[in-house]
Amino acid sequence: MAVPRSSKAVFWIFLAPVLCWLLLLIVLPHLDLLRMSFAGENELGDMTWTLQNYRNFFTEPIYWNTFLRTAVFSIITTFITFLLAMPVAFYIVKVVRPRLQGAMMLMLLLPFWVSELVRIYGWMILLRESGVINHFLVKFGLIDRPIEMLYNDATMIMGLVYTSMLFMVVPLISVMESLDDSLIEAAYDLGSSKSVIWFKIILPHCKPGITSGSIVVFMLVLGNYLTPNLMGGKNSLWFTEQIYNQFIASFNWNQGAAFGFLLLLLSSLIIWIGLKLSRQKLGEVAS
Amino acid sequence: MDNDLSVLNLVKKFGDFSAVDQVTFDVPQGSFFSILGPSGCGKTTLLRMVAGFEEPTSGSIQIRGRDMAGVAPNQRPVNLVFQHLALFPMMNVAENIAFGLKRRKVDSATIKKQTEEILERVGLPGYGQQRINQLSGGQKQRVAIARCLVLEPLVLLLDEPLGALDLKLREQMKVELKKLQAKVGTTFVYITHDQSEALVMSDRIAVMNKGRYEQIGTPQELYGKPLTPFVAQFVGDNNVWSGEVVEQSGKNIVMKTDEGFVFRTVIQGSIAVGQHADLYLRPETIRIQPADKEALNCFNVTVKTILFDGANSRLLTVTPQEHELLVALPQNRSFDHIKPGQDIEVGWHPDAAICFRAEG
Repeated sequence: MAVPRSSKAVFWIFLAPVLCWLLLLIVLPHLDLLRMSFAGENELGDMTWTLQNYRNFFTEPIYWNTFLRTAVFSIITTFITFLLAMPVAFYIVKVVRPRLQGAMMLMLLLPFWVSELVRIYGWMILLRESGVINHFLVKFGLIDRPIEMLYNDATMIMGLVYTSMLFMVVPLISVMESLDDSLIEAAYDLGSSKSVIWFKIILPHCKPGITSGSIVVFMLVLGNYLTPNLMGGKNSLWFTEQIYNQFIASFNWNQGAAFGFLLLLLSSLIIWIGLKLSRQKLGEVAS
Repeated sequence: MDNDLSVLNLVKKFGDFSAVDQVTFDVPQGSFFSILGPSGCGKTTLLRMVAGFEEPTSGSIQIRGRDMAGVAPNQRPVNLVFQHLALFPMMNVAENIAFGLKRRKVDSATIKKQTEEILERVGLPGYGQQRINQLSGGQKQRVAIARCLVLEPLVLLLDEPLGALDLKLREQMKVELKKLQAKVGTTFVYITHDQSEALVMSDRIAVMNKGRYEQIGTPQELYGKPLTPFVAQFVGDNNVWSGEVVEQSGKNIVMKTDEGFVFRTVIQGSIAVGQHADLYLRPETIRIQPADKEALNCFNVTVKTILFDGANSRLLTVTPQEHELLVALPQNRSFDHIKPGQDIEVGWHPDAAICFRAEG
């Protein structure tokens, strides 16, 4: 069918802001970063093309150790978030009375009205050595002297799970709403135990929601700077900190750009593997 | 004969509302039992209690003499075919059917054999690898039934499974379900709001209204001898008159309708002169231009329209007082001369009507 010329023009007019946005704010800066990541200086201080920035990453153990650590912890965080979000979503969609559903969703959303920074400081007030929890534990005689609960991996992961919870719960809720209760009942009627119902009916049905939630959470965690830095402290060794250090502390933009692209490659690679393992396509998950 | 399912004084209350109120019935082994009632009469609740999804407030459910109180749905020897079938979309036909068998830890060779057998039996041989969304409505229906039958339940519960099908397919499936039930010999408990489904398929029907049973009987009994006004109205079509009894001797009464007709008829139960009665008259009991006028209640009506529907054709007629009346129109060509607007004489035999004392 021939599209009238005017409607074609309208289509481009409406598309233009999006294209401008993508081009000016995403594509162009990244192209410049890509150029920078391959740039270096020779002995005379002139600009040359080099792979040195990428070579540094592989020769310096601290860099790729941090890189691996960030990847593994991001995967762990995503998995823990999924484990926690699944029952929460199930409870909100299938157990709670419909009138309470909205209220529960609001309760999930409410913490996100406060900035991440403030929320993390809130956690720090609770957890630090002179913090609220330590105060009560000592007061009730459960421990003799305060324990430092901040600045370790477990606390950092907890903080990351807390910040990304919502991004897992929301896609799970929407996918679970499309699960017909009678499927669960039918499985029960045909002799399934509760665990079989979860593994054979609920999880397979929720697969697209699990995947899209996991992708969002994984990318957020991998690129998170604030939480690992504040709750994990100086030992957190999160790869975003390395990028930040290169740009701000060492003022080595070329190195920072190379790290940035490595992180982009890493997240793309892990998501690709995840999709392959769960036999899904990105298009299906996004729709 | 042994009963597969016995329900005794079953009550289910939601707050103050009684969804199921003191229901008692027995379903003999191997029979096709229907529960017929309008939507919201509690029949689905009743079925869900038998399947184990709802706990009865009081009363007992026994399957082959075993009390089912506290037995979880996955432990009961009954299976339920859901209203919207609830086939698992993430599995193919064979996996759907094998689902229950796998839960019983049957070995895979047996599962394969039984799945093929049951597909054969419901008329879908070779459909095992099809996806659920590739099937037509009628095929899904059969897979849903096969999925339950393969587990050889003592009682198969069906919750209006034909509701989602189009009319033609529904007619076809009615006959097929009846044949299938006769072939496998499993006890079927079928709930429906469609009286023709119940009449065609069932050995016995229980008519339910407002959580209570109105009447239990064979389809012929329900149609021919309804015991309550509700059954008379709900099962089959009826013309209704109300009026006052002017003469009475035993069961025979003479009744004067509100619009002035005087009819001889027979009352169900007891009534006295001066009391009000409701009269139900099936369209096919009214004869057009009767020969033997003495024995019949005769009167004149005007033909409004001809509702042609093949063998089930009717005349929509009105009495001079604008009371609408459906009259069966036999398609044997003897009444082809009847045209809308014409006045015709009709009559019915006093025994043909069903008459109750009016309530209230």
